[in-house]
Amino acid sequence: MASITKPIKRRRSKEEQTWGYAFIAVALVAFAMFTAYPVVSAFIISLQEYKPLGSTYIGADNYVDTLHDSLFWKALRNTVVYTVLTVPVNLFLSMVIAILILPFRKKTQSFFKGIYYLPVVASGVALSVVWLWIFDPMEHGILNQVVQAFGGSSQNWLGRSATAMFSLVLMSWLSSHGTSIIIYLAGLLGIDSTYYEAAEIDGASFLQKLWHIVVPCLKPATLFLLVTGVIGSFQVFQNAYLMTGGGPDNATTMVGLLIFNNAFTYFNFGRAAAQSLILAVIIAVIALIQFKFVGKDVEY
Amino acid sequence: MALYSNHTGKPHKRHIRNTIIFIVLMLFALATIFPIYFMFITSLGDPVEAGAVDYSIWPKQFSLESYKFFFDYSKYSYRWILNSLIVATAVTVSNVIFASMAGFAFSKLRFKGRGILFGILLVSMMIPYQVTQVPLYILIVNTFELQNTYSALIMPSIVTVYNIFLAKQFMSGIPTEILECAKIEGCSQPQIYMKIILPLSKTVLAVMAILTFMDSWNTFFWPLLVTNSMEMQTIQVGLKNFRFANTTYISPMMAGAAISALPMFILFFSLQKYFLEGVTVGAVKG
Repeated sequence: MASITKPIKRRRSKEEQTWGYAFIAVALVAFAMFTAYPVVSAFIISLQEYKPLGSTYIGADNYVDTLHDSLFWKALRNTVVYTVLTVPVNLFLSMVIAILILPFRKKTQSFFKGIYYLPVVASGVALSVVWLWIFDPMEHGILNQVVQAFGGSSQNWLGRSATAMFSLVLMSWLSSHGTSIIIYLAGLLGIDSTYYEAAEIDGASFLQKLWHIVVPCLKPATLFLLVTGVIGSFQVFQNAYLMTGGGPDNATTMVGLLIFNNAFTYFNFGRAAAQSLILAVIIAVIALIQFKFVGKDVEY
Repeated sequence: MALYSNHTGKPHKRHIRNTIIFIVLMLFALATIFPIYFMFITSLGDPVEAGAVDYSIWPKQFSLESYKFFFDYSKYSYRWILNSLIVATAVTVSNVIFASMAGFAFSKLRFKGRGILFGILLVSMMIPYQVTQVPLYILIVNTFELQNTYSALIMPSIVTVYNIFLAKQFMSGIPTEILECAKIEGCSQPQIYMKIILPLSKTVLAVMAILTFMDSWNTFFWPLLVTNSMEMQTIQVGLKNFRFANTTYISPMMAGAAISALPMFILFFSLQKYFLEGVTVGAVKG
């Protein structure tokens, strides 16, 4: 009797199993070959002095060397400085812009979304070409013309340690908020209007509504953008590579660029692998901390 | 009732407020797209050396000489664009096919280890690409000896975890009842996938295709690593050569940059909806 009253449980049929494996086969092979194997391989390489013909096992030397390498710490510091200067500012700017876009009609909203998203669509190399020209050290560089118009003097923006990092940061401020604006706007449009109604009955001002309704409601989006933003920022390579090459005097050498140089300029694969795994651990720890502190009351 | 007061009864007040906001947004938007605007304006100038260039914010002339200069500069200029097209198209097609298949299996089929396998895929998205780049380079270039081949450019991104995740999320929303019905009617799993899942997933597949194409077109790092002959480079890598070789020729440089960005701009303006939709998939619920 019991077997009749029990709801019929869908069991895996043999046929379904087979098709299941068949459908993931290519994805699985690709994953095993191009992600899983390289990760394991990275760990092995990091314990070796890598040579194309027969590597030698050297234990944790690559890690020890890295931790004693002042350039590694400088690169790490540069990365942290870059992250701290760009990620929070970009998040703040995106949130403000999204809130400003909100009162307009759908068409105007799409118009602004399109404009702000445009730099994301352009290739990083193309943009770097333009920005190199904006930061041109000669009098006719665009930024220098602007500075002169305000009574300042021309700078060798990318060529001096003091301004090179700022130049990369400025570039980020003006070109990397397209994605977050759209995510914030989607979050804003999803806020239930009853919240505002209740607040208005209580006589809340615009700023109070912002602080007590909008900011908390956007918290999941903020956390998502914060975590992905910091992770992305820690892996920054392209801009530093194309704009400054890490110079002057390693003032803009980020961890990503350092790893690239170790691997593909000096062909010190073991060192590069060790550093990349240290980077992975740092990123994992940062993500965990962020989830712990910011994500306490966020639901998914 | 919303964040912004409607100023009921005082439409002019609302009007003034919106105008001010519009101006602020416009100013910031102009700063954002200025580099792109400048790129196009300058690319229309004459291909003269830097000192002789007439820098203006407004186009004084329209000449395509700099574009001609760019294509004449290297006999591989066309080839770079063709390479980018071949690679981006191949990567896009294979991702749409294989990610949708895997997404279907992970969302609708029951098989042993499904949960664990998907979990591993998800966790792997957290691994920085720097970790895999060295072993991947060794594998492709030293072991398989595929340097300067399309295989080397295409293979590592044949199907990405992100796209599998995207497909799975979307397909989980398709009611299982439909699939059960089809099964009772005698559909096999491949038929269910072809006749029900794929047609119902058109939107997410379009989003996936566009984002994948954009990523692949704009990618710089991997092609830089695995190509060292001019004829196998993609436009992004080619552009870099060009930049260092010809820094004094601003207009042709900008023409090259414009050429590398143009296909994406055209795609963006014609398919804006899918681009912008793609951003929010997986990021925000509802």
